[in-house]
Order: sequence, then C-alpha cells, then structure tokens
Amino acid sequence: MNTAPTRSLLADAPRLAVLSLAALVVLAPYLFMLSASVKPGGEIFQASLNLWPRHFYGWENYHKALTAVPLLRFLLNGAIVCAIVLFFQLLFAVPCAYALAKLRWPGRGLVFALVLLGLLIPAHVPALPLYVAFAKLGLLDSFTALTAPFAISVFAIFMFRQAFKALPDELIQAARLDGMGELAIVWRVILPNAWPTATAFATFSVVAHWNDLFWPLIVIQRQSMATPALGVLFFRSQEGGNDIGALMAASVITTLPMVAAFLLAQRRFIQGVATAGLKG
Amino acid sequence: MSEAARLPAALEPRLQSRLPWRLHPEAMAGLLLAGPAVLALTLLLLLPTAALLVLSLTDMELGGPPLRWIGLANYAELLGDPGFRIALRNTLVYVAAVLPLSVALGLGLALLIEGGTRGRAFFRAVFFLPVVSLLVSMATAWEYLLHPTIGPLNRALAAFGIAPVNWLGSSDWVLTSLCMIGVWENLGYVVVLFLAGLTAIPPELRAAAETDGARRGWDRFWLVTWPMLGPTTLFVVTITAIRCLRVFDTVATLTQGGPNKASEVLLHEMYLEGFTYFRIGYSAAITVVFLVVVLGLVLLQTRVLERRVHYQ
Repeated sequence: MNTAPTRSLLADAPRLAVLSLAALVVLAPYLFMLSASVKPGGEIFQASLNLWPRHFYGWENYHKALTAVPLLRFLLNGAIVCAIVLFFQLLFAVPCAYALAKLRWPGRGLVFALVLLGLLIPAHVPALPLYVAFAKLGLLDSFTALTAPFAISVFAIFMFRQAFKALPDELIQAARLDGMGELAIVWRVILPNAWPTATAFATFSVVAHWNDLFWPLIVIQRQSMATPALGVLFFRSQEGGNDIGALMAASVITTLPMVAAFLLAQRRFIQGVATAGLKG
Repeated sequence: MSEAARLPAALEPRLQSRLPWRLHPEAMAGLLLAGPAVLALTLLLLLPTAALLVLSLTDMELGGPPLRWIGLANYAELLGDPGFRIALRNTLVYVAAVLPLSVALGLGLALLIEGGTRGRAFFRAVFFLPVVSLLVSMATAWEYLLHPTIGPLNRALAAFGIAPVNWLGSSDWVLTSLCMIGVWENLGYVVVLFLAGLTAIPPELRAAAETDGARRGWDRFWLVTWPMLGPTTLFVVTITAIRCLRVFDTVATLTQGGPNKASEVLLHEMYLEGFTYFRIGYSAAITVVFLVVVLGLVLLQTRVLERRVHYQ
C-alpha cells in the first residue's frame, strides 16, 4: 500500500487514534520514569497520576544519582567496552568475510560451515567455560574479561560476506592492477564500498553491548568496572529501592545515550538492529 | 602481505598452471586473511561450546574438589530438580504468552502504520524505542509503574474500582507481569520486521484481488497479505521465540526468580547454579538444555521453511 492516496484526516482518524493509544501505552514507562525523576519522595509516595511535579526536585534527584554511585564512570565504561568490542569484531571479521566472499583457497567451505555453526550458538552457551578460563587466568574484573568473548562475531562475518559478494570483481582487479596488496584492498577498497552494512552492523553491535547485562554481571565484581546495565543494578542494591526519584534519575541517565543516538539516526538503527536480528 | 599477493590479476591464470595450490598467491591470501578469525572463532566460541558439553558430564565446582566424570548424572538430577522444572516450565509459559501476543499485536500495528501515510516514521520510532533502551533501567521504570501501593498502574485501576494487584510481589501475578514487560520489549522488533515484509508486497496484487471481488480490506488481507507475509512471519516467529527464550535481564533486575521461584527462568537458573553457587557441571547441563531448545526451534523453522513457505 505504498501508493495509498492521502486520505482525509477524518477518514484517517480511527487509524491514528488506535496507533496513538498504543504509542501512549508503549511510552508510559518513559513518561512516568521522567516524571518521577523530577519529583520529591513525598510526592511520589502520594501516588497521584499527575506527571508534572508540584515541587521541581530534578536537581536533587539527578545530583544524588550521579554522586551515590559513579554513574558517569559506568557510561564511560560502556563506551569503552562498545568501542573495543566493535574494533576487534571488525578487525577479525572483515578480512575473513572478504576471503570467504572473493578469494579461492583450500578450506573455504569448511570455514564457512564453521561460521554457520557459530551462528546457531547463543552467546550464553560459551559463557561458563570462558568464565572458568578467565578466573584461572586471573582476568576477571577487567576490560579484557568484558570484551574478549565478543572479539569474534560470526554474525559480522556472515553479514559482511553477503555484502562483499555483491561487489563487482572488477573493483578488486583494478585495485590489484594499481599494485595494492590484499590487506589494503580489504580496508581501503572493499570496506568503504560496503559502508551501509558496516554502519548497520556497528549500530547492532553497540546497542547489544551497551545493553548487555548477562556477561558483565558474571565477570565484574568491582563497582568501578561496571557497565551501564550492571551499574543500575549496583545503584539499586545500594539504595535498597527506597529513593525512587533518584533511582528513576539514574535510569534516565543510563537510558539516554542510546535513545538519543537512536532518535538522531533512526533509519540506521532500525535497519541495523532489525537486519542483525538474524543472529537470534 | 607477501609480494606474490600483489600480482596483477592478468598473471594469475599463468601462475596457477605452474604452481601447486598451496603456493598460489590467492590461496595464501585467503588463508592469511581468514586465519585470525578462524583462530578467534575456535578459541572463543567453538572450543568453549565443546568444553561446555564435556563439563556437563562432570561434577566440577569452582573451588571444590578435583572434578570427576559422572556421565549423565547432572541430567538425571535435572529431571528430579523442582527448581529446574519450574524454570523450564516458566520459560516455556513465557514464550507461549509473549510470542503470540507480540506477533499478533506487532502485525496489527504494522498493518495500521502501513495503512496510511500520516505519522509512519513517528509511530515506527515510538514502537521501536524499547528495543534500543537499556532494559535494566526500563525494568526499573516498570517496577515503579507496577508498584503495589504507589505505582501509577494500580492508581489508574483504582479509578475503575479495581483492587490493587501486587504485580511483581505475588507468585500469582509475577510471571504475568514479566510477560507484559516482555511484550512491551519485543513489540517494536516485530513491527519493524513486518513493516519490511509489507513493503515487499507489490501493491498490484492487492489491486488485482480487489478487481477479483475481494472488496473488503479483511478479505484482501487473508487473500493476499497474509500468504505473502508467510516467510516474514516465520522469520519473526523464530526470532521472537529465541529472544523470549533468552529472558534474563528483567528477571535478574526485578525478581531474582522469586517470589518462591514463581518467576525462575532457564538462563537465570543457569546463572544461579553456575555463578552464584559455582556448581559448574550442573549449570553446564542447564545450558545444554537451553542450547537444545534453541537449536530445536531453528530446526523447526528450517523444516517449515522447506515445506510450505515458498510463494515467490
């Protein structure tokens, strides 16, 4: 129905009404989270449905959220983890995807079979042996532990291989005639030509690792090493759930970076996260 | 990169005829470029998965006595472990509730969005927002929303004369509440995937159906849209089912499986056994069950895909 003619607003009203109602339900937790984050405790406990506070208590709540636990440190940790993970995912996956898509070499079929096998294994499955290994190596509570298991993304290999296959061989031959080595071709010719795939994968990867709770919960004990998801848990256990205003402020602060990025680059995000849904 | 790898493409056929494959520059380049990834894949994914299978056959405990080989004893224990059985049951109930609800609601919303031109991007973005939001934080927001005494939801229900419900604190309601959050969390994903599927349906098909007598939108939906969406629906169902099976964050944040195990799920049970009680072997067995369920779903999808979803 892409070619549906623009209907009159009246005819469109039922559709818009149902969609708006659904949107309101989906947005409800955001609205009440924002509302409670600027209310003083007394007003929250009066449990009125008013969204706007009588006493604006935003400064106090946000100040407490930022000082009770090192919230900004958690955000920084999250950014560092996402950057390291993405860097290594691209470093490993892109050349491999190029070799699978464009070069003939012995064992190519086997390697691709391994990649497909890897696609079937959820990240929770290798967690236990990896945890034991990191514990034995004394690597728990470190950025290495937080990032190393994700250095390889079979999904990235798969996705980039599909994209690279669609690129014309002439592109590569021309680069070879120019005297470029294979490694230079990968990074300076192939990857720039598959930029939409790269950004789609990057958004998927960043969203996934920013929001991940399972693995940080396992390998991190020290508060100063926490990622945003784990940091919120630290804040919850420290506050015992009593100061709801500050807790909501902490939730707003940790949710904001990804939501802001999403609102700025919606199309990219939806494309990235949705296509990457393949990973399962 | 070796000098040989830089040879112009025009030279390659001649080289190939002279050199055995293992010296061929293209083969060398392929091996060198794929090598690091294969090494990392083996070390970080394949070997640990194999190790997991082996560990599930041992009684390994971290900091405990040296591990012993106990065969299938962990799996036998799982069968008789009420905690595990509740976790497995709850996980399946969660999937059985969240999956159809998200798919049906998501399809409905996608059809509505696609059914007009106003507000398309806006609604799509609104419904997708939960997918990119930090789930731990949003679960915390839900906890406030669902709070038995000061929560806005009970407050709103009171206006209709409905008695307050202890959403997360009573064993009767906790799984229902987690399922609600689950639908909220997955809905946007389903909407976006269905929107992509809907755009791929040629509008002429619907016009043709109308000419052939399918006057009402409802008829056209069953005649054209629904069958054409077959592959998309199958994909959405599999993806959503796997996402549901992995439910962990909301449980770990809000209930830790309680009260009284009423919201215990597979991954949280595995987390408790492995990383809180350090019963590595036993936890590995739970993980294997989780893996088998996931693989079973994928297999089912592939079978269905081979059988009937081929409309193009």
